[in-house]
Amino acid sequence: MTSAREEILARVTSALGTDRQPPADLPQRARVTWDAGRTVDQFVETTADYRAIVERTVVNSLPQHIAAALAGASAASVIRPAGLDPSWLTGFPGTVLTDDHHTAYDLDSIDAVITAAAVGIAATGTVVLDHGPDQGRRAISLVPDVHVCVIRADQVVPDVPEATAALREAINERRPLTWISGPSATSDIELDRVEGVHGPRTLHVIIVDQDG
Amino acid sequence: MPKFPSMARDGLANTQQRRNLQHATHTIRSKRATVVDEVPDWEELRVRGAAVKDQVLAHLDDYLVQLEASLTASGATVHWARDADEANRIVRDLVQAKEVDELVKVKSMATQEIELNEALEEVGISAWETDLAELIVQLGHDRPSHILVPAIHRNRSEIRDIFREEMGAVGTPAPDGLTDEPTDLAEAARRHLREKFLRAKVAVSGANFAVADTGTLVVLESEGNGRMCLTLPETLISVVGIEKVVPTWEDLDVFMQLLPRSSTGERMNPYTSMWTGTTEGDGPQEVHVVLLDNGRTSVLADEVGRQALRCIRCSACLNVCPVYERAGGHAYGSVYPGPIGAILTPQLRGTSSPLDQSLPYASSLCGACFDVCPVRIQIPELLVHLRTQVVDEHRGGRPSAEGVAMRTASWMFADHRRYEKAQRASTMSSKLLGERTTLGRLPWPASSWSGARDAPAPPRETFRQWWVRTHGSESR
Ligand code: SF4
Repeated sequence: MTSAREEILARVTSALGTDRQPPADLPQRARVTWDAGRTVDQFVETTADYRAIVERTVVNSLPQHIAAALAGASAASVIRPAGLDPSWLTGFPGTVLTDDHHTAYDLDSIDAVITAAAVGIAATGTVVLDHGPDQGRRAISLVPDVHVCVIRADQVVPDVPEATAALREAINERRPLTWISGPSATSDIELDRVEGVHGPRTLHVIIVDQDG
Repeated sequence: MPKFPSMARDGLANTQQRRNLQHATHTIRSKRATVVDEVPDWEELRVRGAAVKDQVLAHLDDYLVQLEASLTASGATVHWARDADEANRIVRDLVQAKEVDELVKVKSMATQEIELNEALEEVGISAWETDLAELIVQLGHDRPSHILVPAIHRNRSEIRDIFREEMGAVGTPAPDGLTDEPTDLAEAARRHLREKFLRAKVAVSGANFAVADTGTLVVLESEGNGRMCLTLPETLISVVGIEKVVPTWEDLDVFMQLLPRSSTGERMNPYTSMWTGTTEGDGPQEVHVVLLDNGRTSVLADEVGRQALRCIRCSACLNVCPVYERAGGHAYGSVYPGPIGAILTPQLRGTSSPLDQSLPYASSLCGACFDVCPVRIQIPELLVHLRTQVVDEHRGGRPSAEGVAMRTASWMFADHRRYEKAQRASTMSSKLLGERTTLGRLPWPASSWSGARDAPAPPRETFRQWWVRTHGSESR
């Protein structure tokens, strides 16, 4: 008896006929040239368009901004990935937990999560997490209702092709990726947009410039 | 199932549905147009999207073998399914091995196509749909009517009633005094489903794309239910049509640009998950991928029809189709409604049933579907191609009623005296029609044509009659 695998592959081969060229590489697409300053401004606009809260700051005032973001969302507890810079949360007066095999039920009782990011995309208002040590596993940035995401200005790229290029290494390492554009949303009821069905209802993006 | 024209009659008569659909399709349509206009090289992207998919299809066997190898190397288990039964059996066995009687699902056209939920139900496994619209459809014991917004035929008060009546029987009930405000309805869905997400051991998904060189699967969504299903359970089973392959990670960027803008009219959908097999300490530790044929290889064998496999299920063609807008999704009798359904369904299932024979005719051939299609599928050309196939299959048999009517018509149009006589007959009949503005049903053989059309009633006087009356004699 032939296996399903053999049979499907045989069907494909016979559907395609015998005289075939091997797959050829498609020609490269032209890359856009871009102006880094404008890219971050555009990222701010497109991200805000998705009803995320967006702000820019400098590295020295980051802890205050994070504390203010958490206070603004009335969060009393926050979970942080083990690899996140601990100084970021020094301004926050509430409970800080470091992720350590918390169950989904545990996560459901925590108000907020803070993560770093891997890449930002200006054309679309997207942050991409590659779940490195400062971003943590996927569940922690999903279950709590508030997500504060910190991204460096130099991580923002203009468009999707630059983002996929920047993420190649993470993919080679077989890391999962999560692309986030605004808070959870649905338009399923008469096309009225409602924020937050299953994911975090608040997304707060903080862009940090290294100097200043 | 009956033919499209009779199935469409319910949709046409349902004014609520027509109003909802009109509002929905026009809203999404204009959002799409705005965000597509933002992209300077949109046409180039479409051409590239089509080229990447054609490349995959032309070497599908090679890419499937490569995909299998990279999936396996990254810790996933690959299964192959020739048809719906085989795929359902594979999933059922995997779920039963986990000794659970329920699982969570993220909306997937492939699993709808194989009717997985029903197959699981038979062995006592409840499959909970977690996308808000799919939840509405499932709780309402209903069928989806649109690819992207499956419950678009329901309005808010219908949804509230469904939630009130049905949620309690299968889990957390709707809160007392639930209103029909969308925010309240979404909150009720959140509470109802959260309990299911937190305890789920097994999840089932589809995939929008499967990257051959890296073994990465991709799911685009908005609500976070996808992320819940893809990361919280211990076991994840993804049913993936064999046409979902893209060659390399770099090729994915084209589709990450084309799909969200074509589909919801957004620059990007709120969430996209990409996973490559298993990751230690993060997400499901047991990952299965079921590669599904179910008719796709026979579509592949048709050189003209093959391009339908480029479809990335964005639903842009539904939103511009005048026939879909009026008839609604249920009339197409399959999970793929609208223009793409009219070509894909009869190709996947073959054209032996009356419904599948009628689907290639469920179009005005206006061409709007091709203009919006992000992967440039020549839907009108394919409709004509399939019509030819249907006609050829019938040749030699009894002529169809429509054939007789059309032959009569051509006999009539061939000679002006016959034509005038017929015209006079029809203006006479219009006096019989009284104040009616449309014809309604005509007697056989014309009924096969009038059954699905509201043709205007003929005028009370032909132009020639009017000329004779006002100018005295018929001058040539
Ligand atoms: S046929 Fe084209 S427009 Fe229609 S759903 Fe598929 S990809 Fe979208």
